[in-house]
Amino acid sequence: MDIHEYQAKEILTGFGVKTPRGGLAYSPEQAAYRAHEIGGEKWVVKAQIHSGARGKAGGIKLCSDEHAVFDAANEMFGKRLVTNQSGPGGKVVYRVYVEEAANIEKEFYLGLVLDRTTERIMVVASKAGGMEVEEIVRSQPASIIRAVIDPAVGLTEFQAREIAFGLDLNPSQVQQAVKIINGCYRAFRDLDATMVEINPLIVTEEGTLIALDAKMSFDDNALFRRPEIAELRDKSQEDPRETQAADRGLAYVGLEGNIGCIVNGAGLAMATMDMIKLAGGSPANFLDIGGGASPERVAKAFRLVRSDENVQAILVNIFAGINRCDWVAEGIVQALENNPVGIPVVVRLSGTHVEEGRKILAQSGLPIIRAATLSEAAERAVYAWKQNNEHDVKLAASS
Amino acid sequence: MSILIDQTTPLLVQGITGRIASFHTKEMLEYGTNVVGGVVPGRGGETAQGLPVFDTMKEAVASTGAKASLVLVPPPYAADSIMEAADSGIRLCIAITDGIPAQDMMRVKRYMWRYRQERRMRLIGPNCAGIISPGKALMGIMPGHIYVPGNVGIVGRSGTLGYEAASQMKEAGIGVSTSVGIGGDPINGSSFRDILQLFEEDPETHAVVMIGEIGGPQEAAAAQYILKHMSKPVVAYVAGLSAPKGKKMGHAGAIISAFGESAPEKVEILRDVGATIAETPADIGNTVSQVLKKAA
Repeated sequence: MDIHEYQAKEILTGFGVKTPRGGLAYSPEQAAYRAHEIGGEKWVVKAQIHSGARGKAGGIKLCSDEHAVFDAANEMFGKRLVTNQSGPGGKVVYRVYVEEAANIEKEFYLGLVLDRTTERIMVVASKAGGMEVEEIVRSQPASIIRAVIDPAVGLTEFQAREIAFGLDLNPSQVQQAVKIINGCYRAFRDLDATMVEINPLIVTEEGTLIALDAKMSFDDNALFRRPEIAELRDKSQEDPRETQAADRGLAYVGLEGNIGCIVNGAGLAMATMDMIKLAGGSPANFLDIGGGASPERVAKAFRLVRSDENVQAILVNIFAGINRCDWVAEGIVQALENNPVGIPVVVRLSGTHVEEGRKILAQSGLPIIRAATLSEAAERAVYAWKQNNEHDVKLAASS
Repeated sequence: MSILIDQTTPLLVQGITGRIASFHTKEMLEYGTNVVGGVVPGRGGETAQGLPVFDTMKEAVASTGAKASLVLVPPPYAADSIMEAADSGIRLCIAITDGIPAQDMMRVKRYMWRYRQERRMRLIGPNCAGIISPGKALMGIMPGHIYVPGNVGIVGRSGTLGYEAASQMKEAGIGVSTSVGIGGDPINGSSFRDILQLFEEDPETHAVVMIGEIGGPQEAAAAQYILKHMSKPVVAYVAGLSAPKGKKMGHAGAIISAFGESAPEKVEILRDVGATIAETPADIGNTVSQVLKKAA
């Protein structure tokens, strides 16, 4: 789960990380008032969306009076910002954060991630701040400092010092950096984060180290024991289809294609999407209905897939282990009888109780296209989608 | 022969009294697995599926001589159960539980290293379908009937995609020595490389099917092993060709974040070291068939 910059800064401040003074605003008036409260002569207005690279999309503005703050905020509210990290749909701005502007002397990169190779928390730092980390890895790999943390011991002082000295900081700045790195580590560990990123971490002209931006992501599997983090979830930043699915206990990822997929198991779901692509189609979504799916759950999955307007055919692929084909078949029949979808539905059932399941589909009298194997299912779904599409085009032309 | 488990391996089920655990314990017993008991704190002295239940793993191991355990404990308590198994002298622990916090798994793996190699437990999973040595023993949640005994090993992250492969192989008349699900989480007990090594050392396994997916460095590490140590043919399929970058595809570990983690990159890496690639998930059975013919 991702959170906003202002939320991450609030959390990190609690762990001793220094951040600029700032305040949250839900309207341009509030933004101007925040600037007044903070005082000073220069402010930065920052759109709060769950994406980095906001600057290039117009999501960060430097202002030198309260009117300019008002105008900048006014411009941002309700705007859909498309960045290179937000996906083509972009993210809508509902909150802005107003901060005192800092005088930047130097910029660094500081990040903590769960490293899958060492299976430990890793601190990554670089003198090349301000750039995205992928860019640094590509263009200045030698500038990257890495430290792997032993979970039984935690981050040691010397590791934090080595990183700080590696950034060519002077002794008083090293002390500040050690405190910041340590704070980030403790926040990561204590709150079940999967990522903490400060980019840039700056040294001001006054010689103070400040987290100018902050990003945090959290482990969905650990939210049960972090209610204070779960509370920070902002559904306005999620794909509404994914929100709906999550609320119904289904794993769903929206994509750009036209063939809706209903599959059990994440690996088989990905493989099914691949087959659709190879057969000349394009999947509209990833959807895993999980194990032990009841008829109700299958019916919910149908409603969810159908709610995507781009979907012009549906492919159901179930390999039942814990699942039972007869239950899934009942779910399909229930869903289609109660809510006819009006588009082709291809069903492939395999595994536990497959004969009973196929019988239920056959006896239902519903216009279900059946398939015996994975490749047959994908080919028939793509064929049905193309037919359906041509039919629609003809209808549109004749009307 | 088979790897890791056979009909003699004595198994404990951790969390045996749960609804799902009861069902699968029954299935495993029917398959012929040597299940010898279960552990549920506070339920010691009871019986479940006709088997004794113990309060602690130490007690259970002492009184049954169990060598393996299956973890079917809810996610908040699963990491602790795995560590309890490691400390009790269990040799092989299979964690089925899905949804264990990543930092819990980080600590579990650190904990396991406190034991000398000769008494260090091997962990499979979490978030996996388990292990089956067809005709001998089933320790997991897969449907036993889709596997026939034979000489091809299967290792994969995903449960149902593993079933797909097994059933295509059954269709083609190819049997399985052992099938191992290593699970879909970013931090897991045994990697592709670990299991490939066991198959390489098993005289009854003649070829291996490896089913990877997007995310993580384990396919690339496996490729290095294949290049340097593997004498047996490997057939590989990698799921997630159409997966976008930065999006989690169901499995907590299935997310592309670095170079070498996308499906096409993994396919290239595996092809380069001599693995035969199943170009589509529907071609796994055929590809194994061809590879076996060529090897014969």
